[in-house]
Amino acid sequence: MSDHASHLDGAAFLKNENRGLYEPSPRFENLANACDYSSKNNMAIAAAVPGFQDWREAAHQIKKYSIANLDKLLVQFESQMKARGVEVLFAEDAAAANRMVLDIARQHNVQSVVKGKSMVTEEMELNHVLEDAGIRPIETDLGEYIVQLARQRPIHLVTPALHFSAAEVGKLFQEKLGEPYSAEHAALTAIARKHLRAEYLAAGMGVSGCNFAVADSGTVVIIENEGNAGLSTATPPVHVVTVGIEKLIPRIDYLPLFLNLLARSGTGQKLTTYTHLIHGPAAGKKLYVIFLDNGRTKVLQDPQAWQSLFCIRCGACLNACPVYRRVGGWSYGWVYPGPIGSVLTPHLVGIDKAGKLPFASSLCGACGEVCPVKIDIPHQLVHLRYRAVNEPSPMNSPLERLTWRLWAWAMGGPRRYGLAMWAVRLGVRMAKFLPWHPGKLGAWTRGRNLPRVPSHSFRSWWQKRNSEKGRP
Amino acid sequence: MSSPFPYKPAPRQDDPPYQQGEPVAIFIPCYMDQFYPEIGESMVRILERQGVNLVFPPEQTCCGQPAFNSGYWDESRPVIRQFCKVFAPYRWIVCPSGSCTAMCRVFFPHVDPSEEVLRVSRRVIEFSEFLVDILGVTDTGASFPHKVAMHIGCHGRRELGVFDHPMKLLQSVRGLTYCELPNMEECCGFGGTFSVKMPGTSLAMGQSKKENIVRSGAEYVVSGDVSCLMHIGGILQRDPATRHIRFLHLAEVLDSRI
Repeated sequence: MSDHASHLDGAAFLKNENRGLYEPSPRFENLANACDYSSKNNMAIAAAVPGFQDWREAAHQIKKYSIANLDKLLVQFESQMKARGVEVLFAEDAAAANRMVLDIARQHNVQSVVKGKSMVTEEMELNHVLEDAGIRPIETDLGEYIVQLARQRPIHLVTPALHFSAAEVGKLFQEKLGEPYSAEHAALTAIARKHLRAEYLAAGMGVSGCNFAVADSGTVVIIENEGNAGLSTATPPVHVVTVGIEKLIPRIDYLPLFLNLLARSGTGQKLTTYTHLIHGPAAGKKLYVIFLDNGRTKVLQDPQAWQSLFCIRCGACLNACPVYRRVGGWSYGWVYPGPIGSVLTPHLVGIDKAGKLPFASSLCGACGEVCPVKIDIPHQLVHLRYRAVNEPSPMNSPLERLTWRLWAWAMGGPRRYGLAMWAVRLGVRMAKFLPWHPGKLGAWTRGRNLPRVPSHSFRSWWQKRNSEKGRP
Repeated sequence: MSSPFPYKPAPRQDDPPYQQGEPVAIFIPCYMDQFYPEIGESMVRILERQGVNLVFPPEQTCCGQPAFNSGYWDESRPVIRQFCKVFAPYRWIVCPSGSCTAMCRVFFPHVDPSEEVLRVSRRVIEFSEFLVDILGVTDTGASFPHKVAMHIGCHGRRELGVFDHPMKLLQSVRGLTYCELPNMEECCGFGGTFSVKMPGTSLAMGQSKKENIVRSGAEYVVSGDVSCLMHIGGILQRDPATRHIRFLHLAEVLDSRI
């Protein structure tokens, strides 16, 4: 998907074009293999830690507390930060957050911005907003840098350029940066480093996300492996942190637990290479923290759905998901792909727009099995399916409701059941004589044979056997 | 290999313990009743050989899963209540499908958390669970001299924690050569109405499963979930190169004799 269109405009499924989710692309074969490998690898590493399952449970409970006490924790974080000269801002939606970033940039006369990896800025589509205002954004995370050069969207939460091979990156660098072609990892990272170094020094502002916002100590926690987030946040005179309000955790004592879970579930590391704890601006520099709501408080109205706000964006559910492995991140149409995207997107952009996403799952449960904060993703999906067919959404279909009402009537007793099953058996027998299979029947027979209809049912066998035995 | 990350098996009501001669109700899922009656017949023979007193309540229809998974909980509610009314008199309700058992035990309370529903919901038990956990049987005396790959349905595996049960039962079958499926834990792509709502993705997942079955070298694919097998089998039969690979329910293997 090109990044010229906004996320929502480019979202195929949101425009009733289901190709992405219906028809997987063979070009994602590498993606599937990489996900499968990471998933198995990370699970084995995590399972080797004694008490890992208890960690997951503990993290779940802490997140539950945090979401239930967001109001208090936000105020606590703000007062801690303000006391150290940090400006803390609250944005109701992406547009408000973008205005804040632009105001800050203009105030400091910023020409270019270096960015650490941040999904919240993807929600804001900050790069477009900056470009439109004549400010040049430069992604500094290697994966994000590749994706930005290719003018694409991140395909994965943690590894945005997972679909690129080294050879493809080499060609991209050759074309966009005029560098000699190479498919060597070391050579490619050296090229990226050379080009990015100058950008850090020239940038008037650094923008980053935030992995955890700790309330009691007033700490912004950013983890990374490349050193780029450290350079983006510390080099320019101004640092703007963008963070979703759900990223709060109550106490700094809990941080090691979450660092462990996030690194192990995200990349299979014990800890990431760098962990930055930012408490305030360096001397002579400015630090801003922008909290973004963008639909998150709407989720609080549905207590069944609170769990979706526990997510720490590790990407484990994406790697584990057989659907994600085949359709890739863009098919989900918005910022957050995979199983957690199918849960978060309907909440954040509205079920009326994204009501189809919860149906992009076989409900196999692989996502719920791996989630480090124990979000019950499969059950969140069935809950959202219920909401999607009962609220205004693309899945709310009077015809389908009528079908299920008829089905419920037919399943209301053994006679009606017998009648309905007679019709089904007849239909399946006749299907092979039809030149063309409509609707759901066609969807089945597109790649699968129908079952053979046997001469008798189980219940007729049971009755016959019992009457022969002289039993009722 | 069972999962290193245990999910959370739904509570099962095993108390008071099973007593020999106690009536045990069987629930035969609707598609099995109509398309695969021989599976139910095998299950009946296996359990009766163990001296179980089986009852088939004839008013039973469906567990309500198709409507539930499609989001139509209000439409599935009367079907669930009908199920609970029919099976209310029984302490043990055995079902030869992990997916339908998961619907009863895990998802009934989502739709209707009433006392009448909860009581019945917790008594529904999957066939291999009943054999291993309740009857303490791992050897059914079966003999099946063929190469067999096992497919464990995701609902049984992750919602109920049924994994070791079918594996133990399969291990004691005489003459059987077990073929490990590569990437065994990945979903086959059936997913109920998912298979016809997103057929492209469902079929792509099914194709991978087919390739892994071929790679395993098995002549038979065996599962405790024939709904997965209806999909996998349909794909195997469509391709002339894999048409010879047959699919069977675990009960049919455990019932086979030379």
